[in-house]
Order: sequence, then C-alpha cells, then structure tokens
Amino acid sequence: MTEHVLEPLVPARRRETARSLGVAFAVTVALLIVAPFAIYPIFLMKALCFALFACAFNLLIGYVGLVSFGHAMFFGWASYLTAHAAKVWGLPPELAILIGTATAAVLGLVAGGLAIRRQGIYFAMITLALAQMMFFFALQAKFTGGEDGIQGVPRGRLFGIFDLNGEMTMYLFILLVVLAGLLLIYRIINSPFGEVLKAIRENEQRAISLGYNVERYKLVAFVLSATLAGLAGSLKALVFQLASLTDVHWTMSGDVILMTLLGGLGTVFGPVAGAFLVVAMQSYLAPFGQWVLVIQGAVFVVCVLAFRRGIVGELAHALRVQL
Amino acid sequence: MFEIFGIPSQALFGQLLLGLINGSFYALLSLGLAVIFGMLNIINFAHGAQYMMGAFAAYLLLQHAGIGYWAALVIAPIVVGGTGVLVERLFLKHLRKLDPLYGLLLTFGLAIVIEGVFRNSYGSSGLPYQVPESLQGGRNLGFMFLPNYRAWVIVLSLAVCLATWFAIERTRLGSYLRAATENPVLVRAFGINVPRMVTLTYGFGVGLAALAGVMAAPIYNVSPQMGSDLIIVVFAVVVIGGMGSIMGAILTGFTLGIVEGLTKVFFPEASNTVIFVIMAIVLLLRPAGFFGRTA
Repeated sequence: MTEHVLEPLVPARRRETARSLGVAFAVTVALLIVAPFAIYPIFLMKALCFALFACAFNLLIGYVGLVSFGHAMFFGWASYLTAHAAKVWGLPPELAILIGTATAAVLGLVAGGLAIRRQGIYFAMITLALAQMMFFFALQAKFTGGEDGIQGVPRGRLFGIFDLNGEMTMYLFILLVVLAGLLLIYRIINSPFGEVLKAIRENEQRAISLGYNVERYKLVAFVLSATLAGLAGSLKALVFQLASLTDVHWTMSGDVILMTLLGGLGTVFGPVAGAFLVVAMQSYLAPFGQWVLVIQGAVFVVCVLAFRRGIVGELAHALRVQL
Repeated sequence: MFEIFGIPSQALFGQLLLGLINGSFYALLSLGLAVIFGMLNIINFAHGAQYMMGAFAAYLLLQHAGIGYWAALVIAPIVVGGTGVLVERLFLKHLRKLDPLYGLLLTFGLAIVIEGVFRNSYGSSGLPYQVPESLQGGRNLGFMFLPNYRAWVIVLSLAVCLATWFAIERTRLGSYLRAATENPVLVRAFGINVPRMVTLTYGFGVGLAALAGVMAAPIYNVSPQMGSDLIIVVFAVVVIGGMGSIMGAILTGFTLGIVEGLTKVFFPEASNTVIFVIMAIVLLLRPAGFFGRTA
C-alpha cells in the first residue's frame, strides 16, 4: 500500500471535531478582528487572500488527492480580468470581482476537463504546462500590459456605498469575503459531495465500482477550486491595485503548494496558517533578496522529508483532534 | 536562394535547424525523465536545474581550471550525475514507499534551491561560452548555411539517444533494469542489488540532463534560469509522448522540436505555446499519449 497524499487523521468523534473546529474558528476570527490594530493591514489582506487561495488549492490536493501545479493561472487571470474591468471598463468592485472569478471558473472548466483525463504525476505535469501556456498568453496579450502589468487599479465604491479606499473598510470587506469563502469550502468538504471526493482520494477504483461518475466529481471539484482561487486573485488585484505577471508565473503555483504543504494537507486550518507563515517569511526575509527562494525551496524539502502532516496536521495529531 | 511558400529557404531551413536543435534537447531531457520514471516511479522536477548545472559545470571548468569543451563533455555529466546519486541516497530513498507525488514535490523544492543558489552566485544574466575551436565555422549547403557546432549537437544527441535505447532494450544490464521496473521484489530475490541499480539509474538520468546542459552552453548563454522554462516544455513533451517507451520519448522530442521550429516561420506569435496546444489536442484525442500505456 502506498501512503496517500493525505494520511487520514485520527478518527475523532463528530461532536469533538465540531467543537475543536469551532473553537479554532472563533479564535482565528477574534485574532483577525483585532489584528489590524497591531499589524500593517496590507500585510493582513495579502495573507488573507493567500489563505483563501491555499484553501481552494487544498480542496483539490487534500480532499481529492489531485496535485495541480497550475493554480497560478486561475489566480493570475482572475486578477487580470478584475483589474481590467475596474480600471478600463470602470465597473464597481463587486462586478469586477465577479468577472474575475467567472473567468477563473471558465478556465477551470477547460483546464480541468483536459487534466482529469490523466492521473497522478501526469495530472501535475498537464496543469503545469497549461498554466505555462496561459502565462505566455498573458505575456503576449495587449490588455495585460506585459512586463508592467495593470497598475493603479481603482478600488472604487462597494455597492456604491462603501468607499474601499479606506484601509479599514477594505480590510473588513476582504475579511468577510475570505471568511465566507472558507466557510463555503468547509461546507463543501463536509457535504455528501465532499464524502465522495474523499472516497475517490482513498480508492478511486472502488468509487468507480460503486457507481460514482468519478470524472464528473473530479471536474466539479476542480472547477470549484479554480473558482475560489480566482476569487482570491480578484481580491488581491483590488488590495494591491495591481495585476502582474508574477501572479500567473509558475512560482506562484509553487508558493500555494508550499503554503498548503507547510500548514498541513487536508486540514481545515492548515492552509490558512501556511499562507500567513509564507507571506510573513516573504516580507520579513525580503532584505535577503534571492535567498528567500532558496529558503522556500529548503522548507519544501524539509516538509516532504520530515513533516508531511504540516504544522496544523502535527498539532492536530498531537492533540488528537481534527483542525 | 529560393523561396518555399513565400518564405526564403534560408529562413525556413534556419528555423528547421533551430527546431532540430531544440528537439535534441527535448529528446535528451525527456529520455532522462522516462528512464528515471521507469525505475523510481517519480517525475524528476529537478531535471531542468540539473541540465543548468551541467552547463555551469562546463563554464566553471573552463573559467577556473582551463578545462575545455571536450573534457567537460565527459567530466560535467559525471560530476552532476554524482550529485544526483547523492540526492537519491539522501532524499529520494526515503520516499520510496510513499505516493509518487511526494517525489515530485521534493524535487520541485530542490530545483528552487539549486536555481536560487546559482542565481545568487552568478546573477540572472547569461554568461557566454565559446564554441570549441575545432567546431567553429560552418559550411554552405547551397540552400542554407549550416554551423558545424549545431550539426555536431544534432549528431551527438541522436547518438546518445540511440545508445541509451540500445543499452536499455538490447543489453543484459538493460534487461535487469526492465525486469526491476516490472517487479523489483522478484529481481532482488534473484540476487540483483536493486537499490543500487535505482541509485545509479537516477545518477544516469541526471548525467544525461547535464550532458544536454554542456551541449547547450555554446548555443544558449549559461544562465541559472535556463532550465526551469525548458523543463515545463519537456513535461508537455512527455505528456504528449507518454513515458512507456524510450524510442517514443526520442521520436516525440525531435518531432516537437521541428514542429516548433516550423511554427516560428509561419506563425511566430504561437511558437512559445504551440507545444502546449498540441498537448491539449492530444489529451482530447488520445489521452494516453502516443506511446503511453494508460497511467
């Protein structure tokens, strides 16, 4: 038997699980409400966007066992479309975000439809190759602004009422959307649909023999993951008022894998913790320039060799709860 | 000079030649990936970084030890292959019982580390490497000008590819290798040291990548990121060809190189993406790839 990407966690009784998750959720939300008074809001907003991105990615790797090396295409292209819609078409932020997210969904449908035709390692290579193709499209397309990207994206007024140029208003908006996204993901993985996904992860052949249309389930999960990754990218475009090639580059796909792996594959809170850690690492180590990449790579290697449950996964294992 | 489809022959054959050169590298790299995948069941994401290390090894040998191209062609693959052996012993060995995706993640991390270290030491701009004296110049074939070095690269990579194919498909050692791919436990029971064979196979695959790197050094500049963009294209090549057959990997590599070269002539905007588009079409029509067993 080979070990699966995700080791099944200690089976905890449902009530205990709900309690430990509830406590963890309440603590996280409380911390995030207090946080902007102590920490630079832009940093927090960036970390929140990446937390959503990582959780969306985790939906695939952690619960279906599919490793995508191409999630940057959803994040980046959603970011481009939102920026373009807000800046050039002058749409309000809610519509711009909707357009970006919808783009990611369509892209997810196409890329997912192609990638699920192969399994395992091939799936990873196909997603990476498709993302690289979308990178070149972004490089060559006129509206993306090439190396400069789309700069000076207006944040605008949310529903014509809330001025998102206020840092606190923007923070609360991002916090609410990201929390809604996280709750949606939690809802998905705990629905009957989510149970089927886990069954596919554990034993695809058996799921097929039980009569599930495995391809359909994988595709829906892929599209959901892509869509939520796109939502994260759209938010990011408004936070930084910028969409650039960095967002569609394969290193971005690597970043999100690292966040999820470091936090804990297939845990509810792991990707959030991983996103905050990696974003913190990137900003505090920024003075060391290129060495950040080397350190990130080394963290990757250490995680795979010694630390496959990730931080939250190890914590949950030690406490014998599910987090 | 004459024209074909309104394109001057010089341009057409020039791009075809460039396509063949790229194809040689695709073939060498996807061959190495296929050999490693066969034995270790992992995709070596560090393959591009190891190709880059080969090019750097040639550059450093020349700069610091005055050792030229011909010696580097032998020394660089051995040295870089040696680092591959270390990587297998130190890291990959511990992942053997796990999902193969962990191998992909680990080698991905390694690739980032290697590229980062070289970028810190040598910057991102390319460093020039001279074509060896005996291969400078070229000859006029009437319809195009053929630089000697480029002809040499195509001939050498074809020879290396065919030799590898021969070694794996037609020799005794190769038969052990193929047997161990099928059923390592049984082969071990016959008294063959399979773990050592796995280590050496990885080292060999890495050595192939390094050899490609040395060959590439005089054509492209030597730079830390020369491998990472290439390896993604090679992944697409591998998806198109499938990793079931050695000959398949070689043929697909060369063919796609030529297709890419032709695209550069007739539709230059698409030359970056044509291989990915072909991959998408192949996935739609023939999901297992041209030479693949369903994975």
